[in-house]
Amino acid sequence: MADALTAPHILEYPYTRSVGPVLGAFFGALKERRILGVRTADGRVLVPPQEYDPETGAALDELVEVADAGVVTTWAWVAEPRPKHPLQEPFAFALVRLDGADTALLHAVAAPAMDAMATGMRVRARWRDERSGDITDIVCFEPAP
Amino acid sequence: MSDPYAVVARPVRLDYTYTAGTASSRFLRAIMQRRLLGSRCPSCAKVYVPLRTSCPTCGVEMGEDVAVSDRGIVTTFCIVNIPFPGMAVKPPFAAASVLLDGADIPIFHLIQEIPAEEVRMGLRVEAVWRPDDEMEPSMESIRHFRPTGEPDAPFERYKDHL
Repeated sequence: MADALTAPHILEYPYTRSVGPVLGAFFGALKERRILGVRTADGRVLVPPQEYDPETGAALDELVEVADAGVVTTWAWVAEPRPKHPLQEPFAFALVRLDGADTALLHAVAAPAMDAMATGMRVRARWRDERSGDITDIVCFEPAP
Repeated sequence: MSDPYAVVARPVRLDYTYTAGTASSRFLRAIMQRRLLGSRCPSCAKVYVPLRTSCPTCGVEMGEDVAVSDRGIVTTFCIVNIPFPGMAVKPPFAAASVLLDGADIPIFHLIQEIPAEEVRMGLRVEAVWRPDDEMEPSMESIRHFRPTGEPDAPFERYKDHL
């Protein structure tokens, strides 16, 4: 196929998504450097918040603020980031259970090397200076003492 | 502070590298010389445009390359009235199957230089090529097809190519 022509081919879908009252609040709070969860009837706090309790189906609307630091519950090291990954240096995708939350949030953790990562390690959000109400307002999480 | 009706932009962008393959590459390179290449099936004798390596009907390897004309007949068409983002031409316009002279399978292209509502089956059209310095190995090197002014082709001429 040495003589075969190649060309870039870009498929682009300009979607907009209505986020609803619960995720709308979550994204709005990110702009103010705050992370919101939602409390279920049995007292658990889901982060990111959901409109309906995944266990009972009950509508949820009691938003509660949680910390921007927490614990890594599981992680996967990305040795060779791809162009669309959140970080361009090696990093970890991790589930982070924030202080005050009962569920974990998926995000990137910037660690100097894979052996700096561990389940149970504490991490803290690194916020973007200019925030737009998007999950990328958190650049990544970083190891925290 | 939450707007329950807030919408967020969530564009999806997929970056591909398209590899044309040897047959399509030959076709696309010929376009640079303003030549349209098809290939004839040694079994059913049909000429497929763009050229390909095997006949989709007979499954056999294609025979020789055949240069076909850049003129042809509108066999079927549709008129596009609804605009969408990224559209290159202003609606209404006609997109048509064009049976090039010498080919048995129509290609799909844009018909311009005629009001969309006057586009019809049997209309004789010709390719309008880009200027030399804008040619590239792409079907877009043909800007569009336009009427030749010849009399319409009779239905009999293209009825087996719809």
